[in-house]
Amino acid sequence: MAETIWVYAEISEDKITTTSLEMLAKAAEVGAAEAILLGPAPDDAVQTLANHGASKIYRSTDAVYKDYLTLPAAETVAALIQKHNPSVMLFASSYAGRDLVANLSARLDCGAITDVGDFELKDGSVVATIPALGASYQNTSTLLTSGTKLLVVRPKSFEPKENPQALAVEEVPAAASADLRKVHMKERVVVKREGPSLEGAKIVISGGRGLKGEEQFSILKDLADVLGGAVGASRAAVDAGWVPYAMQIGQTGKTVKPDIYFAVGISGAVQHLSGMKTAKYIITINKDPDAPIFQYSDFGVVGDLFKIVPQLIEELKKRKGA
Amino acid sequence: MNVIVCGKVIPASTVTIEIDANTKRLVRKGVPHELDPAAASAVEEGLRLTEKLGGTVVLVTMGTSDATIGIRNALAMGVTSAVHILDDVVAGSDTLGTAKLLAAAIKKQDYDLVICATESGDSYSGIVHGQIAQLLGLPPLTFAKEITVDGGNITIKRQSESGFEIVESTLPALVACSSGINEPRYPQLKGIMAAKKKEIKVYSAADLGLSPEQVGEKGAREKVLTIGRPPKRQAGKAVTDEGEGGKQIADFLAEIKVI
Ligand SMILES: Cc1cc2nc3c(=O)[nH]c(=O)nc-3n(C[C@H](O)[C@H](O)[C@H](O)COP(=O)(O)OP(=O)(O)OC[C@H]3O[C@@H](n4cnc5c(N)ncnc54)[C@H](O)[C@@H]3O)c2cc1C
Ligand SMILES: Nc1ncnc2c1ncn2[C@@H]1O[C@H](COP(=O)(O)O)[C@@H](O)[C@H]1O
Repeated sequence: MAETIWVYAEISEDKITTTSLEMLAKAAEVGAAEAILLGPAPDDAVQTLANHGASKIYRSTDAVYKDYLTLPAAETVAALIQKHNPSVMLFASSYAGRDLVANLSARLDCGAITDVGDFELKDGSVVATIPALGASYQNTSTLLTSGTKLLVVRPKSFEPKENPQALAVEEVPAAASADLRKVHMKERVVVKREGPSLEGAKIVISGGRGLKGEEQFSILKDLADVLGGAVGASRAAVDAGWVPYAMQIGQTGKTVKPDIYFAVGISGAVQHLSGMKTAKYIITINKDPDAPIFQYSDFGVVGDLFKIVPQLIEELKKRKGA
Repeated sequence: MNVIVCGKVIPASTVTIEIDANTKRLVRKGVPHELDPAAASAVEEGLRLTEKLGGTVVLVTMGTSDATIGIRNALAMGVTSAVHILDDVVAGSDTLGTAKLLAAAIKKQDYDLVICATESGDSYSGIVHGQIAQLLGLPPLTFAKEITVDGGNITIKRQSESGFEIVESTLPALVACSSGINEPRYPQLKGIMAAKKKEIKVYSAADLGLSPEQVGEKGAREKVLTIGRPPKRQAGKAVTDEGEGGKQIADFLAEIKVI
């Protein structure tokens, strides 16, 4: 019999997240894929999951999962795991995913592996491939847990696939205990962004400490506008408060896989690389010829970004006009 | 309000990371160590809260004897005292083993709030704090960019994919703060002198009621099978800007047919 692989599906901006669909594709490849979807979601959400390989969907529409963090979802998922005992359960490396896995592993006294880039099943155990130590190493690990193995998967590790299944939804009772309503989500504030989203953009232009300040990021915005790309950043730029965290690329930020990635004034720390090194082309601008980022670049220019970027923008405008 | 800060002492950022081929673990012996910058931020947050509200800040750390330098640093920053889980049998603990030890050590203290960092600077699994919270039955407030305590209530500004969230709970609670939450202070001479007299409690796994089977290598559910260098990308062309750098990038974009 095929192993059952569960995927914890998430909703963001009123849609099933791409990472949920990526995980479903992988789950369907190694076994029978099933999904869990908790909390309010648009009507077509379950259909989307079925279309991408979920042969069964455990579902509760209760608002408790949206209004209270982690604990209600952990209670429900733990109960489902104990009842059905899937071989593996996949969670996205998102805020909700990581919090949930931490809680579940303590609750069920089982192991968990985070930051998984790929995995396979071998004689009932799971072997996961993980970039270790900020991706300067790569290891394979296994879990010795006898029950369900919990994996936290990096976004963009797999390709989502259309794989239509008959829609089979099982309603599950909502977590009701007042004890679980401890972490109250009082308010969600969406910081407006312009242009294409980082995750979806074909061209990403990222700036780092070399940009020297908040105002200077506008030159990257100008370049993004000419190329139809999105602007990202290194953690140094985020921690300095120049740009919001939503723009951070890397180990602890977003993972992107654009056609072209510009690293501007970014040194190429392993933690940054792990979020962008699978880009098709990497173009680097850095004044330090020894910056590690050059090791990963397809095309690099050693020099002052404040001279090179404006010239590039001018040149692109000129050629476009021509 | 009494605060526990869970923080790690890790190989210094100046150290090139080496892996022991036998144990498949990070080589920690004999390399200079420092208080994890993420832990320093957690300490800073604890100090700021207690400077306002009164109470103590106790650092809880698990690590080898190399951790002492980082513990001293936290004490010099102003932490009241420290708890050090120091025992050969805990080497090789996985996340849950680590969380069990830390939770047991925290339980022996008097506390209202536990502050962790979202990720440790060397293993960054990002789940130990969530496991501790569950083991202690504390509400987990994660990815905090700002912490406010008001009486028995705690509110955080929580980082999110699309902006931020306001999340609230009641004490006792556990908060995991994100990087960049603050700029940790540097220890001053006075603090460094005072640190010498501060208490460092040492616990073994047995002191915490955990057997060698539950922790360390033996208790670990996660087993590393192989470790090596990932495939390297072929470095491409690099030119030095001699006034034409921007144009050369445009040429490259034309070459790969983007423009
Ligand atoms: C647990 C952990 C998680 C982390 N997660 C992330 C993450 O998700 N993402 C991330 O990015 N980092 C992450 N980091 C931080 C990472 O280690 C680096 O500190 C960070 O990426 C450095 O950012 P940077 O390259 O912008 O800054 P720097 O390393 O300071 O590099 C700045 C570069 O700009 C160049 N420069 C300066 N001026 C100019 C100029 N005028 N023209 C051209 N070039 C110029 C310099 O030569 C230099 O190479 C993490 C670290 C840890 C410990
Ligand atoms: N050995 C340790 N000693 C003290 N705190 C730790 C230790 N390991 C993990 N933590 C805490 O758990 C958080 C998350 O760690 P990690 O899951 O390793 O990324 C850290 O930022 C610390 O607050």
